[in-house]
Amino acid sequence: MKQVLHLRVNGQAHELYVEPHKTLLEVLREELDLTGTKHGCDLGECGACTVLVDGTPILACLALPIELQEREITTVEGLAHGAELHPLQRAFAELNAAQCGYCTSGMMLSAKALLDRETNPTREKIRDALAGNLCRCTGYEKILEAVEVAGREVAGRK
Amino acid sequence: MTHVIGTPLAKIDSWDKVIGAAKYADDMSLPRMLHARILRSTIPHARIVNIDTLDAEELPGVVAVITGRDVPIEYGILPSSQDEQALCVDKVRFVGDAVAAVAALDPETAERALQLIHVEYEPLTPVVTMNEALDETRDAIHSSAHADHHNIHKMVALEFGDLDAGFAEADYILEENYFYQGNTHLALENHSALASFSPDGHLTLWSSTQTPHYVHRALAKTLELPASRIRVVAAAIGGGFGGKTDPFSHEIVACKLAMLTGRPVKITLTRQEVFYCHRGRHPVLMWVKMGVRNDGEPTALHFRTMLDGGAYGSYGVASTYYTGALQTVTYKIPAYKFEGMRVFTNKPPCGPKRGHGTPQPRFALEIHLDKIARHLGLDPAEYRKRFIVDDKTKTVNHLTITTCGLRECIDKVVDASDFHNRISNLQSPISSLKTGLGLACGSYLSGAGLPIYWNQMPHSGVIVKVDRGGGVAVFCGSTDIGQGSTSLLAYIAAEEFGIDVRDVRVITADTDLTPVDLGSYSSRVTVMTGNACISAIRPLKQKILDTAAEKLLVPAESLSFRDGEIICEDDDARRLKWTDAIALAEAKHGTLSGTGSYKPPKRAGPYKGSGVGVSPSYSYAACVAQVSVDTETGQVRVEKIWLAHDGGRALNPLLVEGQVEGSVYMGVGEALMEEMTYRGGLHKAPSLLDYKSLTMNDMPPVETFLVETNDPEGPFGAKEAGQGPLLPVPPAIANAIYDAIGVRIDETPITPDKILKALEEKEKGRAARVGPKNFPNAPYPEPLHVEPPEDAPRLERKKG
Amino acid sequence: MLRLPPFEYHAPRSIEQAVNLYAQFGGAAMFAAGGTDLYPNMKRRQFTPQALIGLNGIDELRGIVQDNGITIRAGTTLSQVASHPILQSQYSALATAANLVSTPQLRAMGTLGGNLCLDTRCNYYNQEFSWRQALGFCMKKDGEICMVAPGSSRCWAVSSTDCAPVVVALDGRVRLVGPRGERVIAASDLYRDDGILYLGKERDELVTEILLPPADGTKSVYLKLRRRDSFDFPILGVAAALRFASNGEIANARIVLGGVGSRPLECVESARLLMGQKLTRELIGAAAEAAWKPARPLDNTDSTHSYRKKMTRVYVARALEALSEK
Repeated sequence: MKQVLHLRVNGQAHELYVEPHKTLLEVLREELDLTGTKHGCDLGECGACTVLVDGTPILACLALPIELQEREITTVEGLAHGAELHPLQRAFAELNAAQCGYCTSGMMLSAKALLDRETNPTREKIRDALAGNLCRCTGYEKILEAVEVAGREVAGRK
Repeated sequence: MTHVIGTPLAKIDSWDKVIGAAKYADDMSLPRMLHARILRSTIPHARIVNIDTLDAEELPGVVAVITGRDVPIEYGILPSSQDEQALCVDKVRFVGDAVAAVAALDPETAERALQLIHVEYEPLTPVVTMNEALDETRDAIHSSAHADHHNIHKMVALEFGDLDAGFAEADYILEENYFYQGNTHLALENHSALASFSPDGHLTLWSSTQTPHYVHRALAKTLELPASRIRVVAAAIGGGFGGKTDPFSHEIVACKLAMLTGRPVKITLTRQEVFYCHRGRHPVLMWVKMGVRNDGEPTALHFRTMLDGGAYGSYGVASTYYTGALQTVTYKIPAYKFEGMRVFTNKPPCGPKRGHGTPQPRFALEIHLDKIARHLGLDPAEYRKRFIVDDKTKTVNHLTITTCGLRECIDKVVDASDFHNRISNLQSPISSLKTGLGLACGSYLSGAGLPIYWNQMPHSGVIVKVDRGGGVAVFCGSTDIGQGSTSLLAYIAAEEFGIDVRDVRVITADTDLTPVDLGSYSSRVTVMTGNACISAIRPLKQKILDTAAEKLLVPAESLSFRDGEIICEDDDARRLKWTDAIALAEAKHGTLSGTGSYKPPKRAGPYKGSGVGVSPSYSYAACVAQVSVDTETGQVRVEKIWLAHDGGRALNPLLVEGQVEGSVYMGVGEALMEEMTYRGGLHKAPSLLDYKSLTMNDMPPVETFLVETNDPEGPFGAKEAGQGPLLPVPPAIANAIYDAIGVRIDETPITPDKILKALEEKEKGRAARVGPKNFPNAPYPEPLHVEPPEDAPRLERKKG
Repeated sequence: MLRLPPFEYHAPRSIEQAVNLYAQFGGAAMFAAGGTDLYPNMKRRQFTPQALIGLNGIDELRGIVQDNGITIRAGTTLSQVASHPILQSQYSALATAANLVSTPQLRAMGTLGGNLCLDTRCNYYNQEFSWRQALGFCMKKDGEICMVAPGSSRCWAVSSTDCAPVVVALDGRVRLVGPRGERVIAASDLYRDDGILYLGKERDELVTEILLPPADGTKSVYLKLRRRDSFDFPILGVAAALRFASNGEIANARIVLGGVGSRPLECVESARLLMGQKLTRELIGAAAEAAWKPARPLDNTDSTHSYRKKMTRVYVARALEALSEK
């Protein structure tokens, strides 16, 4: 049975009318048309659907929106500040860290949570933070570089 | 002068990807769209007795249910293998074969309806292993029209030069069996297709496909529509690696359902279904016999392969030939015999995955060479370098070498890894950890020299349009799967016209709007679309130059395009703005556009089967792997990979590095963990959790070197980069493991239990090896004897 | 896209409400905490409950409290367990185990209580509906026989929780609250050697707290065997906890294996060998040998069962070596 749901996504409040078994992934993609959040397995096995809830990376495919009503949800569409890209977005594009682009949203959101805590993480810390996001194209090398470069830019802004 | 080519620039489509705006097929929806699902066989091999769809049709929300009778026409990627049906009519051939399809108002209803379709099967004996496929008492999977013999899909045998003489000249002959396990592409995006049919009979399909042109042809055939009324558009593609190069059942089914219901229909596969669609790396059993002189010089090579093809033909005929084609393009081989065979089994069909049919024999060959080098006491790097093929020569099997930078590639990785000093010399502070280094090489084509279906038309076409506002639009049928092929066209146009990359728009992969390009496979895109693009631009440039020359009162030859201007090289006061020059040219010539196309040089040798392996040029790669092996647990850690790649001129080094690093990643995964495993005919682990692929924590650091030969066939001297760098990685790892612990693992994946088993054998004083012990007795045909070309390596008779 | 089956959703605000709600549904409901284990199973139709009782809104299920020992409320996330300074310093095996569960995202969602109650796993069971239909269903869900041991009358699905062996090794207890009131049981009694009825609690009882005794100098370690350094469940987990007397002799020892049976497997013989002894190389070897014998992994997880059994000896030895160096 459908229920009224209040979700706050990328700073915008939404009132929705959905069934409680719809996951956050389905609601983002199919109700809000925020298709930047991807899905590779629907079972929590790839990280493609990673979004932030109050700044923490979680998997949209295993989250119930009904439990996230008072939380701040951030998707890839909410990474940029107006027309200004987040340093991660710029670094991922400029350093070729996004090949097919399918893991990119989730990868950048995991990285954002890390850089929000720490702007100059070691490679080991980056690896640990991004170990829940599979990529099949890049071999991760350029992703590591992009996170480092973005971290320096974030630090510079602070 | 160059300002774009050779520069590390962002891909032009990266920006949409980083803001989440790129539209992949499953991101699209249309008004009134229906959601479809496919019912798949739960039995590996059976006759279909009856399909009852009545209950499903009556479920509220179900709009249409179809079965094989609705789309019975056979198709397949190769004209010689038209053995698939979008939905099976009489027989199912693997667990996952498509049987029926439902279109419903929402995905949940479509899913529920699948459970209400009742299929009655008459099971047949499943054929699961290659040995079972050779057993003629088992049921045949296909009719004799689709197989060379019973469950043998394809048999080939070719002999180039005098093999017997070659072995007679040898001082040392080594024979061994190898096995390369099957694995899959595992693109992160699951395949998806959205079809729409308009009342005037136009069909449009948006799909995650690497080959819209071939899908276009398959749709015309199976749906019996004129191709002129079908439009196939490749959406943004979330990874391919060869997994989206066949026309797929779900694409045809989405179209058929759209035609029947008059509503748009979308099918997005689940991860499990993608495992079933597969078309990935063939498991290949190999037997190698190689003769060499005491200094290691090869005198003869005999290579036998057996491919486990799975249930359908797919690219399999080509795959079979590929397991024998490229052994000759790295080292000088004066006599070569190849026997290949592909069998049908009741498992998901295999096809092309990154390196298509060549990583398996390369694995065997490079380990074989390592063994020979060890036996003869030769340094594995210096040994290989002595017998590398020369530029502008031919191989014994009639392949043309234009440029080969392999020697320099070996030098790069050997120097960087301090290979000579450190091989057999590495020690770890932890006693159970042993460290070693291994080297291997490889080569791959820059595009298949022949198209999938026989024709004389171009392989790639480009239209360029210049707008009076200064913008350039490039139209090409090529599909970008992340490698950057769309951006490449923008770089070339910007380079040629001397303008900013941002002033170029590229429209690709749309059979209505763009000229045909055969697709993103066989590493063909850079060379073929790049050349087509140049050939579209150059005459157009001449028109613009001629009008500019008239205006500036200088000879056209003195003018060049630079930084948004046309400038006289002899007198740079004489210059015209790019937009002014266009205005003049358009006023004189009318709308400014140009077309170009590319067809590879005709180089096939004088024998049947010579079309596979032919290419405008070959890339080369050398790899050194450093591994540590835990002798108590058998765990292998790849500590570092050095990889040098000769991909010709790097048009954008950032993208070439990306291809190298991605190839290394996939090679390490295939070497250590990726595998398609079955229990009976059922896939053991069709999920992203159970099919093991490297996480960020498992990936070793990669040091990449680009060796930029200037190849005459390539646009600006480019060759390929997307597949070749994978090839040397698995054998380099296997060779490094030998260096570390003295055991040979002659099969993939190299798992910890195999390491321990080999160490136990070694301890017991037996052959310290895990790998296939023998090769099945199979009816390979008599070989076709082919005379090598004039400029191929010759066997020098030194004995007798 | 794989989707959840429909259900009613209830969000109680207290443990009492949660337990009462569960009772009202008479077995047709399930508790849902992090959902990281439950929802994949629901998407594959291992479970199709009429109602879910969401525990995430219950404040009294969250937090870590230092008392005589330490009390971790069941709804505490695995990442909170992994990063808690007292757990890291005094109960380090638990912080380690929590930090080795799956991925950062899953640890931020999954709870300690959820991990302790993790459904047993088997690669004949953790598959989509159509896959199980192709094979024939197994006794754990919809079928009659055990696919990995067809002659057996029981289910051999594998206990795959990282935290359970540690909590057992640390002499932990768990508080259960049900419609008949609450009780505290030893963590080892939370498990049964059966792949289906793997929990030693009533279905209507909720794990609310994990109670660890004072560390009292106990050193602990957790080692995990898996193919990849992320995502993967343990195909062998070794939790070892030792308390040394002032003379260097072992005063208390527990070694518990995960991933090799339907419940955490306690190496009683190894512990007996260790008690009252000093930890020498020879003793480590003997204890590892004793641990290896009872481990009976079957061919229903990643890797081969013979390899997993072999690794028991190596991993137990390495766990003890790590403790001797601590």
